[in-house]
Amino acid sequence: MPAVAMTVNGKAVTADVDPRTLLVEFLREHLRLTGTHVGCDTSQCGACVVHVDGKALKSCTTLALQVDGASVTTIEGLAAPDAPLHPMQAAFREHHGLQCGFCTPGMIMSAIDIVNRKGFALEEKIIREELEGNLCRCTGYHNIVKAIAAGAEAMGAGRKAA
Amino acid sequence: MYAFTYHRPTTVRQAISLLSKNGDAKLLAGGHTLIPTMKLRLASPAHLIDLSKIDGLSGIALKGRSIVIGAMTRHAEVATSQVVHENLPALAELASVIGDPAVRHRGTIGGSVANNDPTADYPAACLGLGATIVTSKRRIKADDFFKSMFETALEPDEIITKVMFPLAKKAAYEKFRNQASRYAMVGVFVSKRGPEVRVAVTGAGSNGVFRVTAFEDALKKRFSPKSLDGLTVPADGLNGDIHGSAEYRAHLIGVLAKRAVAKATA
Repeated sequence: MPAVAMTVNGKAVTADVDPRTLLVEFLREHLRLTGTHVGCDTSQCGACVVHVDGKALKSCTTLALQVDGASVTTIEGLAAPDAPLHPMQAAFREHHGLQCGFCTPGMIMSAIDIVNRKGFALEEKIIREELEGNLCRCTGYHNIVKAIAAGAEAMGAGRKAA
Repeated sequence: MYAFTYHRPTTVRQAISLLSKNGDAKLLAGGHTLIPTMKLRLASPAHLIDLSKIDGLSGIALKGRSIVIGAMTRHAEVATSQVVHENLPALAELASVIGDPAVRHRGTIGGSVANNDPTADYPAACLGLGATIVTSKRRIKADDFFKSMFETALEPDEIITKVMFPLAKKAAYEKFRNQASRYAMVGVFVSKRGPEVRVAVTGAGSNGVFRVTAFEDALKKRFSPKSLDGLTVPADGLNGDIHGSAEYRAHLIGVLAKRAVAKATA
């Protein structure tokens, strides 16, 4: 079985994997990082979104071997267990941007990617367009959009303060 | 997925050698068509050749009067490229409406063009601009490249290395998306370069992307939406399914062609 090596949430990881191992399987089953979810398994719903080398990626449609040598961030990597929540996480909590929570890790990872690409002042229309790869069955998206706008602003304020 | 042997060559020559030695092999670019297909067991290559570690296969450059894009260049890179925005903005706009943001971080132009999905966007840009597909063996003009649904002129041991798009002063893409899949139900790419006019349609044809010569002739006389008034495309040979009949797609081609011409002349 081929070897794969990557950094996940700041920690170096190596393993021998069946080539068929999807990145989402590697994260959930080998590393027990179960915050990343398998929703549709057909690259539509975004519940599996993680960051690879700083960019949002659908981990159900990527082989673990394809990200050999890369730096991966999952939802668990946004804040240390005993540290305050990442501003985007905090915004989802504050603005009730979730109900069952299944789409939420993917929504948050995609939201941070939107901020990285489009900045801290996000218009509602832009957020809705940029979320086309993330599906939610519970909320109707209203509070998700509000949470992302607020989270983006908070990320901006944090940058200025830091 | 069925089991396969994974290869990660570091040169195009190694990749070709792997393709030639292993009859049942597929190239892996962005993987966002191939991996889902393999997960559904609709494809089961015994060998997967990952192109992502080959240097020199991605990049965007203006060379003379053409934009040259490396085959492994991701859609997001084309969509946000300053070079493309300044010289051929219609191409950047097309790249920006493929899939969704996460898909655009992985999907590649080489993969899209080699696959020739009848609802993909890049084939419309290639045919709509008269692009040249550069491979490990030769250069192929877009008009000769796209053969049929999922079929191209590529030989089994041939790899696309870059795609060259000649600039056009007037160009635009209009996409009518399937609301669920986000693929093109109909997509129309129009361009005008001097006396040459091209109108390329994706999503609608049952044989893949095609040009509408009747529209092109009308637009050559005058490049204006009005030139297309009263012109229709026959429904024969067009896709009909639960999302839209062949007649509806034929109608959409006319509507989108006019919008594209209007956008190109704005």
